[in-house]
Amino acid sequence: MSGHSSYEFKNPVARWVDSRLPILTMIRAQGMEFPTPKNLNYWWTFGGILAVMMVIQIITGIVLVMHFTPEASMAFNSTEFIMRDVNYGWLLRYMHANGASMFFLAVYIHIFRGMYYGSHKAPREILWMLGVIILLVMMATSFMGYVLPWGQMSFWAAKVITNLFSAVPFFGETIVTWLWGGFSVDNATLQRFFSLHYLLPFVLVGLVVLHIWALHVPGNNNPTGVEVKSGQDTVAFHPYYTMKDLFAIVAFLVFYAAFVFFQPNLLGEPINYVPADPLVTPPHIVPEWYFLPYYAILRAIPDKLLGVIAMFASILILLALPWLDTSKVRSGTYRPIFRQFFWLLVLDSIVLGIVGANPPEGTWIIVGRIATFWYFAHFLIILPLVGLLETPRPLPSSISDAVLSKKKSQPQAAPGE
Amino acid sequence: MSTIDNAQGNRRDFLYIATGVVGGVGAVLAVWPFIDQMNPDASVLALSAVDVDLDNVAEGQSITIKWRGNPVFVRHRTPREIAEARAVPLADLPDPVARNPNIAENAPASDDNRVIEGKEQYLVQIGVCTHLGCVPIGEAGDYGGWFCPCHGSHYDLAGRIRKGPAPENLHIPKYKYLTDKRIQIG
Repeated sequence: MSGHSSYEFKNPVARWVDSRLPILTMIRAQGMEFPTPKNLNYWWTFGGILAVMMVIQIITGIVLVMHFTPEASMAFNSTEFIMRDVNYGWLLRYMHANGASMFFLAVYIHIFRGMYYGSHKAPREILWMLGVIILLVMMATSFMGYVLPWGQMSFWAAKVITNLFSAVPFFGETIVTWLWGGFSVDNATLQRFFSLHYLLPFVLVGLVVLHIWALHVPGNNNPTGVEVKSGQDTVAFHPYYTMKDLFAIVAFLVFYAAFVFFQPNLLGEPINYVPADPLVTPPHIVPEWYFLPYYAILRAIPDKLLGVIAMFASILILLALPWLDTSKVRSGTYRPIFRQFFWLLVLDSIVLGIVGANPPEGTWIIVGRIATFWYFAHFLIILPLVGLLETPRPLPSSISDAVLSKKKSQPQAAPGE
Repeated sequence: MSTIDNAQGNRRDFLYIATGVVGGVGAVLAVWPFIDQMNPDASVLALSAVDVDLDNVAEGQSITIKWRGNPVFVRHRTPREIAEARAVPLADLPDPVARNPNIAENAPASDDNRVIEGKEQYLVQIGVCTHLGCVPIGEAGDYGGWFCPCHGSHYDLAGRIRKGPAPENLHIPKYKYLTDKRIQIG
């Protein structure tokens, strides 16, 4: 894909700056003239949505820190102070908390899009792997962020998750003490989580820059999975995809606003409005909804260490996806068997989420174990086999062809007067 | 974008401008909370007014209250101190203005303009030197009032600058009497 612009700036100031630091040319080349497949659908707008959510999280986070105190005896009260006394504090807090949920919703859709359309396949393997690392950093950031208000769930989620590291043989206890900075989750833990929670989003910004850079080398994938063959297959990013992305972003913000303004606590746990008490464990410890599937996998395996390994493996296995999926055909559009298994995986992920929300008793245990097995079977058994055994549908010869043949099959309107 | 010199061109212009205006208004509305959150919060505003019980201040005594982060001197002056302050000719004062927001802005710095009518014994002023902001020491200096140790400004028994680098009389805060013995500052 081309990343060069031959545009000459008319404004002399622009020319002066650009000749010394070609940032304006770069923006033109990468963000406006960039040749983008002309058949991208709305599943491709989630990258832009994610960028917007990241900016919203950073800005709301920075202004929240102007009023938050990251010390155990003051964290909860300073959070309530934000909600009650700071001008628009309630809005900033609800935007930040619900923004995290929206960030994860968008990232899961974005990842599933990648899986369905084979966006992880060559030559985009590094793009995909950067994405997995971004997901891991997002998870670390949001986990630590949730601890900061120092409510009951903040405290006990921190205790449970940090305790997992005690499963590491020999060094487990030492690692946990080191993480805690003490003999249990306490002020030392809160303060270091605050520092890292402020740091990681900027690491995320860097990773996202790499992610977009890695994308711009081969260029975007598209719903057919067929590579761009000529200029016929592409349009300039601006105005076609700037506007499409902007529209999708606005629609997503409406959905986000519905939570922020009408149901800001729906996705949260009421017990987190109770200050942390190290001596009283809440009856049900659950993480935020976006961690529920991993929580289910963790608890599905009866052994402590193996449960931890399985949980991390469920994310790390994504790194191997470009090699596990053996199909030469990229897009699920032309892979009838794969498609069905894809949707089964989506269903399985939702089931895992529901299992994670429920106490590990009775039927939930069996369902959780089956769903966990299926999750790993999908990546380790099904994907390699389906790629080898499936007969894909015939691919279009080019993106243009696919678009035109779609138009032919649709009834044509009579030309207007 | 190519320009079309007919109705379609105008429609496009209209759409661009309308979208821009709506977007602009939306952007301002969205940005405002992020700016306003830095304005004083409710807890700071709550302390923006402080009540003081004057029963605690005996004749000849001074107390210092913290108001909006600064000291406020409340002095219960003796009749002799009041008379001495009144006796000062206005021409002697480096700063002729009363600096009292409770009365007209350009009122002269006579002693009764430095207090509230009927309550001349209580002198309420912001204890911040008008030179560079140090807190003056009470019952000190050559004029029997306050003395600022930082650069040697002398204030008299009505808190007016008499000698030294300070340009203005000690400022009076906005205050009022809630009851005979209780004032609210701010």
